[in-house]
Amino acid sequence: MDLNGSQMVIEALRREDVKTVFGYPGGAIMNVYDEIYKQNDFEHILTRHEQAAIHAADGYARASGDVGVAFVTSGPGFTNAVTGLANAYIDSIPMVVISGQVPITMIGTDAFQEIDAVGISRPCVKHNYLVKDVKDLPRILKEAFYIARSGRPGPVHVDIPKDVTAQSAKFVYTESITMKTYKPTYKGNKRQIKKVVDAIADADKPILYIGGGAVNSNASELVREFAKVTGIPAVETLMARGVLGDDNPLLLGMVGMHGCYSANMGMSEADLMIAFGPRFDDRVTGKLSEFAKHAKVIHVDIDPSSIGKIVDIDYPIVGDLKNVLTDMLPLVKEKIDSKKYQSWRDLLKRYDEIHPLGYSDDKGNIKPQWVIARVGELLGDKAIISTDVGQHQMWTAQFYPFSRPRQFVTSGGLGTMGFGFPAAIGVKKAKPEKISINISGDGSILMNIQELMTAYESKIPVINIILNNGYLGMVRQWQTFFYDKRYASTDLSGAQPDFVKLAESFGGLGFRVETKEEFDEALEKAVKSNVVCMIDVNVDRLEDVLPMVPAGGTLYNMILEHKG
Amino acid sequence: MATTTQNNDIRRVLSVIVTNEDGVLSRISGLFAGRGYNIDSLTVAPVPKTDFSRLTIVTCGNEKVLEQIVKQLHKLIPTYKVIESGEFVEKEMALVKIPLDEDFNGLDAMLKAYNGTIANSGADFIVVMVADNAKRIDNFLQAINKYNPVDIVRSGSVAMDV
Ligand SMILES: Cc1ncc(C[n+]2csc(CCOP(=O)(O)OP(=O)(O)O)c2C)c(N)n1
Ligand SMILES: [Mg+2]
Repeated sequence: MDLNGSQMVIEALRREDVKTVFGYPGGAIMNVYDEIYKQNDFEHILTRHEQAAIHAADGYARASGDVGVAFVTSGPGFTNAVTGLANAYIDSIPMVVISGQVPITMIGTDAFQEIDAVGISRPCVKHNYLVKDVKDLPRILKEAFYIARSGRPGPVHVDIPKDVTAQSAKFVYTESITMKTYKPTYKGNKRQIKKVVDAIADADKPILYIGGGAVNSNASELVREFAKVTGIPAVETLMARGVLGDDNPLLLGMVGMHGCYSANMGMSEADLMIAFGPRFDDRVTGKLSEFAKHAKVIHVDIDPSSIGKIVDIDYPIVGDLKNVLTDMLPLVKEKIDSKKYQSWRDLLKRYDEIHPLGYSDDKGNIKPQWVIARVGELLGDKAIISTDVGQHQMWTAQFYPFSRPRQFVTSGGLGTMGFGFPAAIGVKKAKPEKISINISGDGSILMNIQELMTAYESKIPVINIILNNGYLGMVRQWQTFFYDKRYASTDLSGAQPDFVKLAESFGGLGFRVETKEEFDEALEKAVKSNVVCMIDVNVDRLEDVLPMVPAGGTLYNMILEHKG
Repeated sequence: MATTTQNNDIRRVLSVIVTNEDGVLSRISGLFAGRGYNIDSLTVAPVPKTDFSRLTIVTCGNEKVLEQIVKQLHKLIPTYKVIESGEFVEKEMALVKIPLDEDFNGLDAMLKAYNGTIANSGADFIVVMVADNAKRIDNFLQAINKYNPVDIVRSGSVAMDV
C-alpha cells in the first residue's frame, strides 16, 4: 500500500489504537493536519499553547498508562513543546510527539521557522528522529511507539520535514518489532532474587521504598501483596502515591523533603531498604552520606543506569518490577515470617503517634490542607487529582486519600508550574468517567490559563481548585525559613485577576470561596456543572508545608513547626 | 585497560559499537557534555561490512563515574555494545612537522624507537609520523621538541579488543 508521509502518520496512529491526540497546527505540519481533518479514527484536541498539548498528552498517559500523542509545528511550535518533553522524560512518561520541520531541501539554511529540533530535544527525550526519507517513516513511527512504552518508558520525538509529509512510499507496519540495539531486560536474575529474599529474611528492620517504577510497571497489586505477606512497613515517593492505597496499615506515608516523620525515620533507621522502582531523587534522600546509613540496599529497576547512580546498591536487580515480584513472591511466602518485624512496626507506629502528619484547623481561615482533605472526603476515588507545583502540590500529596495508582498526576522530577491544568485535560480525555480535578496555586494557574478555552471548546469539564494564598507560596516558605523573611518577588496579593470573571469570560464557571460551607457548595455545583470550572479558595496565607527537610539536610532532622 | 592518574581518576579506553546513522555522534558527545564526563580523545569510523560504527573513547573518572558512563552509553538507543574491559591493543598516531633547517642529528634513531617514519618532505619542512600507544606518543612528543616542531597532530586512540 502506497501512502504519503501524512497518511502514514494517521495510519500508524490507527494501528497503535490511538484515540485522542493533542496539538497545535502551523505551516510545517499542515499536510498532516489535512489528513487529521479527513479521518475519524481519533479525536484531535486543539490546545491553546503547544506546552499545554504536550502536558495534556502527558496527563493522558499518566492516567491511562497508554502512550500520549501530540503534534506541533516547526520552530516556535516545537520550542514551546520542549518543557513538556523534559517534564515527561524525567518522570518516565510514554509519549510520542510529532513535530513539523522545514523541507529537507531547506534544512540548514536558517529558513523561516527552522530550528534544530532534534538537537534541542536530544537531552529531553528517550529517543528522537529526524525523518530524512519517507521510506523510513513507517519503521520510525513503529519504533517510536515501541521505544516510548517499553523498558523504562519515556517520550520519543519524531521531527518530519514538510516535503517528507507529502512524498509517497510503501507503507509497511509490522505487528511486532525487535531492534538490534535496544533490548530492555524484563526478567530479574533468579539467583539474585533468591539472595534478596534471604537478605529480607535476615533483616530486623526492613523498609519498603516504593517509587514511580511501581506505577509504570503496573505492579501495584503485587507490591500490595508483597507488603501484606511480609508485613514490612512502607514509604511512597511523590510519584508512587496510591500504589499501596491510603488505608493500607503498612503505609507510613510519603518520604522525603515533605515526607512524614515516621516515613523519614523509618528510612533512616532501617537495616534493609527494599527499593521498588524509585530513583533516589535528592528530594527524597537528603544528605547522601547520612541516607540509609545503617541499611543494606536492594534496588529493583528496569533501567540499569538508575541502579547505583546515586547510592551504592548491595543487591541490584535489573528487571520489570512486575516480573521480579512474580518470581519473588513464592519465595517470600515460603521464607519470611511477618511476625519478625513486629517490634519494628511498633516503633514506627510510635514515631507516627509522636509526630503525626497534620495541621491545626481554624474556624475563621480556610486552611489549604483542609480543602484537600475535604475534596478527598467528598470525592475520594471518584476523582483523579492533578496538581501544579508548589505548596498546594505537597499538601495534595500529603493529605489526599489516594486509593490507587494513576490517581495522582503531578510533575515530580521537573516540578513544572503550569503542568496541572493541561494535564487534567488529558486525564479527563483518558478517564471520562472520573472527575478530573486540578489543585493549583494562584501562581501556577496563570502559567497555562489559556487552556480554559480548550476545556470549554472541547467540552472537557476540568475543575480547577486554586488554593489562593496570594504568594508564590513554596518560594515564600523558603524565604521565611532561610532568607529572613525577605519576600523577594513572591507576594502576589497586590495584583490578582478576578478568577470568577476570568472563568466566565472563557465560557466556564467561577466560584469565589471564603468559608468552608461555600467550598462544599461550590464543589458540588462544579461537579454537577459539566463545564470547566475555577474555584478560587481564599486560604490562610502563611501556612507552611511541614515537616520539612531543608535541601541537603538529613532525613531524620525535620523541621516540624511553623516559623511564626 | 585502566591506569590510575594523580587525582585518583582512572583512565579508561571504551570501544563503543553503534548503529551508523545520522546524529549518533552528537548523542554520544552530548551525553558526555551534559553529564560532565571527560573525553580525552574520541575517534569514529565505520565497522567494515556492517551497518555499525566503532567509537573509541578515552575517558577518565573514578570507578563510580566510569560505571555510569558505561551504563549511560548502553542506554542510548543506537548503542549495540560497549566494550570496556579485557585486553585492548591500543594505538594512536601523531604527525609532526619539523622545519628543514633543523639539525636532524639523532632523528632517525628516535623514529626507529617509536615505529616512526618520514611521511612527507617538502621544500621547507619534513613531516614525520609515529604510531604507538598513547603514553609512548606522549614520550615521543616530549623528545621531538628538541627539533622545534611547528605543528603536531594527534589522531586520538583506536583500540581493538584481543
Ligand atoms: C515554571 C516554573 N517556574 C518557577 C518555579 C519555581 N517555583 C516552585 S514553587 C513556586 C511557587 C508556586 O506558587 P503557587 O502556584 O501560587 O503555589 P503555592 O506554593 O503558593 O501553593 C515557584 C515559583 C517552578 N517550579 N516552575
Ligand atoms: Mg500561591
